[in-house]
Amino acid sequence: MSDYRVLPGPEHFLPPAAASMGISLPNPGEAHINGVITSEDKAYEEAARQFLMAKVPTIFPGPLVLWAWNEKAAKKATAVRHLFNTLKECVQPGQKPMLIPMPDYRPKYPKINPEVEINPNHPNLTIWHNKIDCCMFIGVHCHQANLSLKIIRGGTSCYTIAMCAQAGHEDAMLSFRDASVEKIMKLADTVKRLKGTVQPRLSAKNGASN
Amino acid sequence: MAEIKSVIGTQNKKGQTYTDPWKLLHEAPRTPSFFTGSEVIKEAIRRASCDVMIAYPITPQSEAAALIGELFAEGYVGDYFRGESEFAVMSQCAGASFGGARVFTTTAGPGTMRAMENFPMWAGARLPIQMIVTCRGINSPLSIQPDTLEIAYLLNTGMLVWHAETAQDFFDWILKGYIVSEEPDVHLPLALCCDGFFVTHTKDVVNLTPTDMCLPPYDPYRSPVPCMDMECPPVRMMRDPFVMKSNYISYATHASWQQEIWAAVERSRKHTIHWLNGLIDTENTDADIVIVASGTAVSQGREAIRMLEDEGVRCGLVKVKALRPWPEEEIREATKNAKHIFVPEFNVTGWLAKEIRASIPNPHRVHAGPHVCGGMTMPPEIIVSEIKTALGMKTFSLAGRGS
Repeated sequence: MSDYRVLPGPEHFLPPAAASMGISLPNPGEAHINGVITSEDKAYEEAARQFLMAKVPTIFPGPLVLWAWNEKAAKKATAVRHLFNTLKECVQPGQKPMLIPMPDYRPKYPKINPEVEINPNHPNLTIWHNKIDCCMFIGVHCHQANLSLKIIRGGTSCYTIAMCAQAGHEDAMLSFRDASVEKIMKLADTVKRLKGTVQPRLSAKNGASN
Repeated sequence: MAEIKSVIGTQNKKGQTYTDPWKLLHEAPRTPSFFTGSEVIKEAIRRASCDVMIAYPITPQSEAAALIGELFAEGYVGDYFRGESEFAVMSQCAGASFGGARVFTTTAGPGTMRAMENFPMWAGARLPIQMIVTCRGINSPLSIQPDTLEIAYLLNTGMLVWHAETAQDFFDWILKGYIVSEEPDVHLPLALCCDGFFVTHTKDVVNLTPTDMCLPPYDPYRSPVPCMDMECPPVRMMRDPFVMKSNYISYATHASWQQEIWAAVERSRKHTIHWLNGLIDTENTDADIVIVASGTAVSQGREAIRMLEDEGVRCGLVKVKALRPWPEEEIREATKNAKHIFVPEFNVTGWLAKEIRASIPNPHRVHAGPHVCGGMTMPPEIIVSEIKTALGMKTFSLAGRGS
């Protein structure tokens, strides 16, 4: 097993892809935390804890859930909205949950508007601008998600979570695989259950602005 | 996965039943058949639920390409046509794959080299195209004969590269290749290589799965990049692309994109081990002498080992099946006891020996040879001679009869 751990950065001018450092993806029924394979139950707890600790916990929904291209996508979008509403209900004063879409992957110049969107080619602009210290990717095509997650790890201290519909993401600090409506709802339930049990890091310096 | 599972047990228009790939390849009855390698390619594609095959004639793959034309006429392949050149073929394969089709093509030697620009593009665009490479000479003066030098050029394209020894490997690996390369965490093209003529034009007994069973179709919606999205990379490559901008973000994005391709090659390791039953096969690796080879050099090495045993020399064998992903740890483990490692190859540069030297401790143990190239055969006697010479044993010249 690799000694490498997938941790919040800023890691390097050009950080390596975690897969090339020996980090493997979880098998069905598993998840990973920091590159170590773990049970899904443990991952729900840790993801909820990270959300509740963060000053600006943020969900980045991608095209696969933003557009109602099939019935499943529409249901997932509803579940994502439910998770966001749950987060808003469960955080303490001073915390600011956000829902910022990644509508597409087009390179946009001179730059995107970080108030309203995140782009996989320069995701750090949105992270830095909004001082996001914990984020979750959902509905982003795997290649673009890995690209973004690795760039975020390279240049920010943001904690990254992936709710992936396929095999998961080693470049996130925590990743689920085979994401479904049920899994999104279970994460929302876990957030609700842990409400009030986690101390937010409001007094700490926001490292995401590195 | 739910979508794929839902078609299992249903039939295609030819009456073939979409079958769980593991059951098809490991549990379905097999019929021994006496076929050339080219005919085996046809039989594998008959069962592969291919949407598109694009062909261009170049020896020694022309026969296989023509035989798949027959499959098209019979209705087993969705579309089939001849491109204008190998470069055109590989570009057209990309177009078909971008559109969500399962794509197959074959090429060889100078054809591989002519099309080379497309291969990193395929990998960069995460297109799970399968290409058979029936290796032959590539340099001037012209040779159509077996020579594996072109594989060296494929190793750093970002494609998966496997090297078949036999026609049986070919049959199984064509089908397994689609399963591995279409995994969403891999989703890369596969160059499935063999030694031209030795495999393509010789007959062998190959155990085939039933003709009325086939792979489930490709599901492009599991792709890690959008299917047929003309506005976003990778389809949108030339209009205002980030690669054309000169700033840190653009460079970092492109660098990260490249890293993601090689990360996908790494991720293929788990799936390749599962489907090929390991990246390498080993025999008697506790011996002091080990032959490490790929392709038909494995067969010659196996025969040399039998001949050496007759003389009381015990020798192990490592068959390298996958070159990308590269089985570094497996080779290190398999050669840990070896005092001498011989790497017979059908090419002039000895690319396999170089890869092995870079992977193991005490690389001076590697004897890069024997080499033949340009179509020469590799009699097992020259492997025996090379080993005996290195051991200080008496041997005799194979080059001629003397005066």
